[in-house]
Amino acid sequence: MTAELSFSKEINNLMYASHGKPIKDCLQCGVCSGTCPAVEFMDHSPRELIGMIGADLKGDVLASNTFWSCASCFHCTVRCPAGIDIADMMYALKRYSIWKGQYQEGLIGPDFSEGFVKMIVNSGRSFEPILAVTYLPKFSARDLIQEAITATGLVLKGQMPLLPKKIKRLKNFQQMVRRIIPIGGTS
Amino acid sequence: MKPYAYFPGCSLESLAKSYHLSAIEVAQELGVELKEIEDWNCCGATAYFPVDELLAYTLVARNLAIAEKEGFLDFVAPCSGCYKNAYFTNAYLQKDQDLAEHINYALEADNLHFEGTMRVRHLIEVFIDDVGLDEIEKKVSHPLKGLRVAPYYGCQLVRPRKDDEDVENPQFFEGLLSAIGAEPVEYASKTRCCGGSLIITNRKAALDMVHKLLKDAAYSHTDVIATTCPMCNVNLEVYQNQVNQEFGTNFSIPVMYFTQIMGMALGIQPGRLGIGKELVYGATLRNM
Repeated sequence: MTAELSFSKEINNLMYASHGKPIKDCLQCGVCSGTCPAVEFMDHSPRELIGMIGADLKGDVLASNTFWSCASCFHCTVRCPAGIDIADMMYALKRYSIWKGQYQEGLIGPDFSEGFVKMIVNSGRSFEPILAVTYLPKFSARDLIQEAITATGLVLKGQMPLLPKKIKRLKNFQQMVRRIIPIGGTS
Repeated sequence: MKPYAYFPGCSLESLAKSYHLSAIEVAQELGVELKEIEDWNCCGATAYFPVDELLAYTLVARNLAIAEKEGFLDFVAPCSGCYKNAYFTNAYLQKDQDLAEHINYALEADNLHFEGTMRVRHLIEVFIDDVGLDEIEKKVSHPLKGLRVAPYYGCQLVRPRKDDEDVENPQFFEGLLSAIGAEPVEYASKTRCCGGSLIITNRKAALDMVHKLLKDAAYSHTDVIATTCPMCNVNLEVYQNQVNQEFGTNFSIPVMYFTQIMGMALGIQPGRLGIGKELVYGATLRNM
C-alpha cells in the first residue's frame, strides 16, 4: 500500500519551477515574520504557518488568512537563511486552497484570482473595470463608496479606460490555454 | 544600438498611460529603439500564479516566444510585475527542459516556440546599463537642481534576487537621479512593499503599507516619489487620499514615474510625458 503524501510534501510538490529548498529545512528563526510588511494582518505569521505545515495541521492552515494576505513582495524569500522560497510557498497554498475549494469565508483573494483568470482567458488582456465586478460585491459599503469616488476621479482625469481590449489571435490563445488546463465555455 | 522588444503590459494602456507616453519619449531622446511586440497578452500579474503555475508560465512564454520570433535579443518591460514574471519564466524555462517542453506543446497552438535566446530587462536597467549614466547626464538640459526625489524601488524590480544583485540596499536608482541633477532622498522604506494587489483583496493591510511608505517619505523631506511600476504608482498616488482619511494624515506627495522625471530633465514638454493627469500634484513641481 502506498503511503499517503503528507500535507507538507503536497505543498512542496506545488512549488514546481522555482526549485527552492524544501519547507522542512525551516529553522523557525522568524526572519520571514519580522520582514513581512503584512504580518500584522495575518492570522498566523509566516514562521507559524510553516511550523503548522510541518506539523501537518492541514485544516488550520487552509482556514488561515495568512497566504491570502501575502502581497508577493518576496522580501521573506530573499532573506530566508534556509533558502526557502516562502513567497512561492504562499502561492502553492493559494493554489491548493483554490483547488480544494477550502478557504476562510469572506476573503476577496480567491474570487479575485479566479475572476482574473477568466478575464484573461476571455480576452488575453487584463482590464480593471471588468475585473472590479468580481470583487466589488464583497466590499463593505464604506470601501465601495471610497472606490467609487476614486474611480470617478480617475475617469475625470482621463486615466480610466472605458473599453476593454482583446488580443487578435484569441482563438489560438484559448487553444493554447486548453492544452494546459481544461476550460469551459469562454464567453 | 539594437532595437528592443517592448512589452508595455496591460496597465500601461489604461491606468498608467503616462508611464507609456513618458517611456517612449525618453527612450527616443536617448536613442533607444523600443518596438512593441505584436499581439501580446497579459503576463498574469500576481493573480494568475495562485490558480495554475504551468498556465502562468505559458502566458508569459507566449510573449517571450513572440519577441524571439520577431528576432529580438532583449525583452524590455517597464512594469516591475511584468518584468519579474518575464525574467523568471525565461530563467526557469531555460534551465528546465521538461518545463520548456510542456509549455512549448501549448505554444504550438499559436504556432510559437520558446527557444530561450533572449535577455529580459526592466526599462530602468536599459537606460542605466545600456545608455549609461554619463550619456544621460550629457543630454540633461534642465537639471533638477534641489528637487528631492525619493527613489522607490518597490518589490519586484529587485526581488526575488537575480544573480548577485544587492536586494537590501540597491543604489542604481539613486545614481540615475543624481545623473539628472536631482537629489536622491535616503529613506529606509525604498524597497518596502506598497501592498500590490492587496489594495483590492485586503484593503486594510494595503492602506497601512502605503501609509507607512508615505510617512517615511514625508519624514525624509521628499518633494516627489519616483516609481518604476504602475502598481506602486497607483497605490501611492491614487490611494493617498484614502490613506489620509483612514489615518487622519494630510499627505500631499506627488508620485511620478521615473521616466516622467527623466523626461523633465531632458527638456521634454510635460504634456508629452503625461504630466498633469495626477491626482496629487505638488507645488514644487508646478514651479519647476
